[in-house]
Amino acid sequence: MLLTVREVGKAYDGRSVLSDISFSLNAGENALLLGPSGSGKSTLLNIVCGLQKPDAGSVEVDGELVAAADRSANSDLVRKRAMGIIFQTLRLVSALSVRANLALAQRLQAGSVDHEMIDDVIERLGIAHRASARPFELSQGEAQRAAIARALVVRPKLLIADEPTSALDRTNTETVAKMLFEAAQEAGATLLVATHDDRLRPFFERTFSLENGRLQPC
Amino acid sequence: MLRLALAYLRDRPLTTALNVLLLAISVAMLVLLLQFGSQASERFERDAEGIDLVVGAKGSPLQLILSSVFHIDQPTGNIPNSSLELLRNDPAVARVTPLALGDNFDGYRIVGTDQTFLVLHGARLAEGESFEHPMEAVMGAKVAEATGATLGQQFIGSHGLEDDEDNDSGHDHSPFRVTGILAPTGGVIDRLILTSVESVWEVHGIEHDHDHDGEEGHEHEGDEHADEAEHHEHEEHDHAFLVPGPAAGPVHLRQAVFDPSDTEALFRPAHHTEEHSEETAATQAVSGYEDRAPALQDRRAELEPELTALLVTYRNASGAIRIPAMINRQTEMQSAVPAVETARLLELLGASLDGIRIFAWLLALTGGLAIFVALINMARNREGDLALLRVMGASRVQVFATVILEGVVTAALGAAVGWLAAHGLITIARRSFPTLGDLGLTPWQPVAAEAGLIAAVLAIGALAALVPALKVYRIDPARTLARA
Ligand SMILES: Nc1ncnc2c1ncn2[C@@H]1O[C@H](COP(=O)(O)OP(=O)(O)O)[C@@H](O)[C@H]1O
Ligand SMILES: [Mg+2]
Repeated sequence: MLLTVREVGKAYDGRSVLSDISFSLNAGENALLLGPSGSGKSTLLNIVCGLQKPDAGSVEVDGELVAAADRSANSDLVRKRAMGIIFQTLRLVSALSVRANLALAQRLQAGSVDHEMIDDVIERLGIAHRASARPFELSQGEAQRAAIARALVVRPKLLIADEPTSALDRTNTETVAKMLFEAAQEAGATLLVATHDDRLRPFFERTFSLENGRLQPC
Repeated sequence: MLRLALAYLRDRPLTTALNVLLLAISVAMLVLLLQFGSQASERFERDAEGIDLVVGAKGSPLQLILSSVFHIDQPTGNIPNSSLELLRNDPAVARVTPLALGDNFDGYRIVGTDQTFLVLHGARLAEGESFEHPMEAVMGAKVAEATGATLGQQFIGSHGLEDDEDNDSGHDHSPFRVTGILAPTGGVIDRLILTSVESVWEVHGIEHDHDHDGEEGHEHEGDEHADEAEHHEHEEHDHAFLVPGPAAGPVHLRQAVFDPSDTEALFRPAHHTEEHSEETAATQAVSGYEDRAPALQDRRAELEPELTALLVTYRNASGAIRIPAMINRQTEMQSAVPAVETARLLELLGASLDGIRIFAWLLALTGGLAIFVALINMARNREGDLALLRVMGASRVQVFATVILEGVVTAALGAAVGWLAAHGLITIARRSFPTLGDLGLTPWQPVAAEAGLIAAVLAIGALAALVPALKVYRIDPARTLARA
């Protein structure tokens, strides 16, 4: 198992958002986390990334504890080594060009910059011609691809995306979903995508739906 | 991280440029102050080296030091020639160098002295020989360079210590001959013309017990060429060289009626004698020169051979205790210690520059404040970016360092620009005002204190960045990123 989520529970100010969430994904598998807005998808992904601490349960990635109710998890290190994250708001550093954004991620997560890989990834995502553009000069679709590229260039074992298509129109949504799916497959990465958009369902091998704090496989 | 810091700085060029400019101006001002301060004091120290005491006529001790050590002010008056022997015979005195001032050539002071003056200033002859006979002169390196003097050339000194275009009063009757040119020392001696004390006396028609070998010859030649001299009077002025070459005598000398026993002749310029022989003109001239050059033109000079000052070097410490008191109490002269007077002068100078210095530091602090404001804004605007860096594996310390680096890089740019501007300014100033160069102001001579100054400015940058950096340090990446 590459990702194992065990009996995770989370409450904000006594209001339970997640309770007893358990699932696991194999290496190279992909899954969609579907649920309406406010259902706790982002909270769950944050816990999987080790950005938020669960109140109960634990998360393991590639055999290492990334989140646990107690302080024993080495979240930063696991995330750094094994995860590529695509944020809903993309979070590209606007002071840097696309290429520099990618290089920075590589330097921070992998320790060194691999320009060949960067060239390869932006080529595949079709933004090679925008490599020296700054994020605010990109179209929404290009920016989305740049964010995906940044998550890919760190050679992640687990690729996590929170609402990657929420800002996109219908055609772009499908393109990006397909792109994510293919990129993860090519990289051999496990893919976990959270969305409220039902249309993405056909692209993924597995779908979990989150409702009232509980996970229902479907 | 440095690259990121640079990228952030480039991302807001206007703010960065403004902050850099603020710091650059303050650094430039401070470097200039430092340069003036250090170069002035260094120069004072070098010129006063070996001179323990200066003895001269009563008056301002600072003026005495300025005139006889640094050669920048008028002398305080004259002292009797006998004072030289008085001090030379003192067991606590190692060396006494006499000075007789009063004339200039092309604005360069002619100093009547002896060979010890060269020793005192560590001067070496680059060409020729030192002065020996009366009317022989040795030129400092700067003088020779500026006037184009060569060995054997003759020149006529002018009354007074400064070049005065209106003062057309050359000592036409006694031209000097250049026998030597000194190697540059970087000290005041570069700007002086040295001759024997006797020469100065001779120029001023003062009788002294010394047999001079050249005097008569000059006068004859002077008569011969009197007509020609009159012809050229106005375009040639008195600082013009006479005929070059060691063999030739002076070609155009203005007629000078010279009689050593005639007191008035001491004060009477040559052309005045020719043009208005009336009593009134001569008297006017007398009063005029008294104001300008009190040294050997002083009424008291009369025919008595006198000196302007004595530079004393002690043999042992007992001199320092006894001699100044002796001079000040038992003679009509005063003594002044160069070290004390220069210290006082620098203090005076320092006090007047303090205002500018305070202003410059305030400007530097304003620059620091501007960096602070810019970085606080940055911390707010880039919270997301920095949280992202944290999520991607940057440590708290790294994120903290990025912000500190931004402050320090801004400060470093300001310091570099300011430093270059200051030194460039000195270069330009030196080129436009050669006197600054004469005063020994060298453009690219960094002083140790500049390193301290730059360190202080970097510290201001770092300090300004500290609070914003701490703010960034405390970012909770998850919570920050959760906010859309
Ligand atoms: N830091 C927080 N503090 C308090 N409540 C929060 C916090 N983050 C999320 N919530 C609440 O938890 C619920 C789940 O939010 P979220 O995980 O963002 O859902 P989703 O991503 O599915 O829209 C929402 O009701 C939200 O208001
Ligand atoms: Mg969400």
